[in-house]
Amino acid sequence: MLYLKLFLTFLKIGIFTFGGGYAMISLIENEVVEKQHWLTPEQFTDILAVSQTTPGPIGINTATYVGYTATLDAGYGTGGAVAGALLASFAVVLLPFVLMLVLMRFLSAHRDNPTVKVVFRTLRIVVLGLIAAAALSLLTVESFGVPGWNRRFVVSCAIFAMVFILSILPNRKRDFHFSTFHFQLNLRPHPIALLIVAALLGLLLYA
Amino acid sequence: MVKYCSLFYSFLKIGGFTFGGGYAMVPLMEREFVSQRGWLTTDEFLDAISLAQSMPGVFAVNVATQVGYRLRGVSGSIVAVVGNILLPILFILALAMFFRTFRDNHYVNAIFLGLRPAVVALIAAPVFTLARRLHLTWRTVWIPALAAALIWLLGVSPILVILLAAVTGYAWGKFHSPSDQSDSSDSSDKSDKSDLK
Repeated sequence: MLYLKLFLTFLKIGIFTFGGGYAMISLIENEVVEKQHWLTPEQFTDILAVSQTTPGPIGINTATYVGYTATLDAGYGTGGAVAGALLASFAVVLLPFVLMLVLMRFLSAHRDNPTVKVVFRTLRIVVLGLIAAAALSLLTVESFGVPGWNRRFVVSCAIFAMVFILSILPNRKRDFHFSTFHFQLNLRPHPIALLIVAALLGLLLYA
Repeated sequence: MVKYCSLFYSFLKIGGFTFGGGYAMVPLMEREFVSQRGWLTTDEFLDAISLAQSMPGVFAVNVATQVGYRLRGVSGSIVAVVGNILLPILFILALAMFFRTFRDNHYVNAIFLGLRPAVVALIAAPVFTLARRLHLTWRTVWIPALAAALIWLLGVSPILVILLAAVTGYAWGKFHSPSDQSDSSDSSDKSDKSDLK
């Protein structure tokens, strides 16, 4: 039963995500692409691009999209696919929501407990590894093209390098002076600005 | 008492107009809840943020749960969460329907060829910026490296890695001189201290 599977999978993804949406990516990829084969690696990267350019938490965005696509591909029709999307989005927030309500009463008293602090510190560090794994698992032929001196691969690597370098710049405002003009500019461009540039480059070079 | 509709409207606005994931919502939430509406003090807001970060689940939803609960109890938290995720869900649904009919379009295809490497870079970058913020040292950098290798090379489930980390962290905190990290709210002070030794 696809709906039950969707529900359980996103229930699992929701409860095991620590440290924000990016950590969720390796989990979702593992479940949705590798285990359940609901999406191809190519489709998965496209969803990431789409959900980074649309408003809202990335975890919700991917759940909605995967729920829709998986049920539609299984032949449930548009209505069934909308139901699948809502179900997956509901599942991904359900357990954390309940847990949050329960723990708000208890954890506020124990947050300064050293053991609790060490556990959360360990989790936060491990989450870095999860995000790295997500990035590594996306280094595929679908995302970059076949390695070598061909146009697709060289352009892909150039876009990657540009976006990566600009994204690790310090997130600080700097003052700029141009004769009488005076303005502030963030050193690190907004992700959406970077994605728009990448989209335009794609349009320019491949279309 | 805060009205349900103003709670709902606040979160609808925040959910629908922040691009780029949960953390992009933080400055918006601060302006809305602390400066403009005065629902929370700055300290309460920061506590909510740190608790939302340490709990599983979607970050923005965790914040919404807490703020809603604080203002109107369980029903308030439901109103806040639904408000927070409603517009993003509708937006993605509309996009999913539209996207499928245009997926094989030549121009759409070209756009996505350009987007894919950019997306990978956007995901790789937080690894480095977060490492800086967490004050990773050569003594701790093997932990995320090992986690990444387990998941990427050996295909271990990320869930297993998280469980393992929680258990190890618990055992470490239980048996390894808990007095070492007793002070301040900042969780990164442990590695700072080991640097100084």
